[in-house]
Amino acid sequence: MIDLIQSGLSGLLLGGVFALAAVGLTLVFGVMDVVNFAHGEFVMLGMYIGFFSWSLFGLDPLLSIPIAAVVLAVVGTLVYQGVIRPVLGRNPLAQVIVTFGLLVFLRGLAQFLWTPNERSVQNTIARGLRFEVGGVVVGGPQFVAAVGALLCTAAVAWFIHRTEVGRGLQAAGEDPGGAALMGINPDRMYALSWLLAGGTTGVAGALLINQFSVSPVAGATFGLISFVAVALGGFGSVAGAALAGLMIGVVYGVVGLYASAYATAAALAIYLVVVVARPQGLRGTR
Amino acid sequence: MATLEGQAPASLGAGPVPVTGPLRYRRWVFLIALAVLLVAYPRVFVSGFAQNVGVNALTFAVAATGWNLLGGFTGQISFGHAMFFGAGMYTTAVFVMAGMSPWISMLPAAAVAATLGVLIGLPCFRLRGHYFSIATIAVGVILLTVVTDRTWLGGPEGLTLPIKDETLWNLQFSLRDLTEYYYVILAIFAVVTGLSFLFVRGRAGRYVRAIRDDDRAAAAVGVPVRRYKLIAVALSGGITALAGSFQVMHALFVDPPSALDLSLSIQIALIAVFGGAGSLWGPLLGGWSIIFVQSYSSVHWQTPGRPVDLLIYGALITIVAVVEPSGLAGLFRRGWRNGERWLATRRGGGVHRVTVTGDRR
Repeated sequence: MIDLIQSGLSGLLLGGVFALAAVGLTLVFGVMDVVNFAHGEFVMLGMYIGFFSWSLFGLDPLLSIPIAAVVLAVVGTLVYQGVIRPVLGRNPLAQVIVTFGLLVFLRGLAQFLWTPNERSVQNTIARGLRFEVGGVVVGGPQFVAAVGALLCTAAVAWFIHRTEVGRGLQAAGEDPGGAALMGINPDRMYALSWLLAGGTTGVAGALLINQFSVSPVAGATFGLISFVAVALGGFGSVAGAALAGLMIGVVYGVVGLYASAYATAAALAIYLVVVVARPQGLRGTR
Repeated sequence: MATLEGQAPASLGAGPVPVTGPLRYRRWVFLIALAVLLVAYPRVFVSGFAQNVGVNALTFAVAATGWNLLGGFTGQISFGHAMFFGAGMYTTAVFVMAGMSPWISMLPAAAVAATLGVLIGLPCFRLRGHYFSIATIAVGVILLTVVTDRTWLGGPEGLTLPIKDETLWNLQFSLRDLTEYYYVILAIFAVVTGLSFLFVRGRAGRYVRAIRDDDRAAAAVGVPVRRYKLIAVALSGGITALAGSFQVMHALFVDPPSALDLSLSIQIALIAVFGGAGSLWGPLLGGWSIIFVQSYSSVHWQTPGRPVDLLIYGALITIVAVVEPSGLAGLFRRGWRNGERWLATRRGGGVHRVTVTGDRR
């Protein structure tokens, strides 16, 4: 029983990071109907930035969070300007293929620059922490990642729903033509959504490097889980994606306890069941 | 259905275009020239590298031809086609290990893949757009996990096929020279391209293109959307499975990563799209160019431990998707059309023939 609670809790904490990773993805989809299949590779880049800040400059991954956020925000904006903007309004196939090409490219770039070796950080602040309540252990890295992820997710949700610019972002997503008439520049909102998506993904990556090692394929699982969380939550719904991320985390943890090889498969199976029964996702309206 | 064909809304009318004399003639010239090139290739380029490229390019061209029927013509973007490829590999492996000829095993291999496609299609074709694509990824990854756990399929170690006499019937040849393998996969490619041609030029082809362009409108004018999606996925899966059957005979080995990995699904889809989704020649163009670039860069431009092939391949895909979404086939078509226009204006004639180029996206 204690094992079950333990794995459920670990899963929930991991789910926090899944939620944050998924938020970036759902933001771009909600605003401009584009699924960034290279999203997992953005997470991987964030993890590498966390790693290299630690190995080259001795920065603790917690301190490198802002660096990762800024760099990934720049990457997100560059990707939007460079390859996404030219294919907007073209056939949907081109958009899918562009981001898949980007996935392969970024993975290849990481392999080329940093070799396929696995790398991980040691002796960080988060690793020194450890909580224990009645036999249930919460590791520092997990705890820090979950708290950081939830704070960041909440900040994004607040920004989108409570600020003027955030509402502009939503407006551009709902009706670009109408938004343009109201003095909102949809193109700038699209760029902003990629900037935000990159930034949140950078935060997620820097939080994850505390807990996981990074290699050029490290993004694969996180990308996969993010798509599932986003689709499950309903494309474009931040709250839905966050909820789905937490849910997948729990499933991941609990299934991982009994059959660790099946953890990802179980998360994907839930996606299939939910989506076939309810094709618009948990909270989506599309 | 007569009225349907008579009205010709967008894609329903884009079936076989009434081709005028000179153009039909030119199409045959093109076809024969291509056939001569493909047949002559292994005789002209005899290096091991070139022959490897040829065999792999054609294997992926066959797999991508399968993908193209579902993704390019029917508009259901699948990122799970490795499961059909893997179904072909595993089915052929199991039957050959039981003593059957690989040629005979291609029938059950295609049948298993087609059944798998229909079983997945039944629930998943309710999903649209990205939901469908992600569902195919999910099914593929789940299948990989399940197969890795099956001991009768060799588990994570996979299956190694027995080495037999080097005959055509056993589909095993000397590995010193891949010419025989090349001609076998070339023959398979010719057959599946012929099949695809028959499928897309007739009524079925008009139906699936209508589904691709707008499935609701297609349903509204009486196209049996669900049935034709299922037919497309069965045929698509069956064809991709043939590529897997050949692949396992060439490698004489199959394990879960080589048969079912997500990266294989992505490779199949990207090759089809890079060559030209919805074009019969797209998979051939995509297979040759991608496999060549990958092999060349991994042999010649690589320092140890720093693989460069993925980098170049990814960049190519991204650039082509941005510049010309209909892939290399689209680029060629555009070049061809411009050439014709240029010729026509030089002769001082009209440009009427320029519009008669069949399936435009």
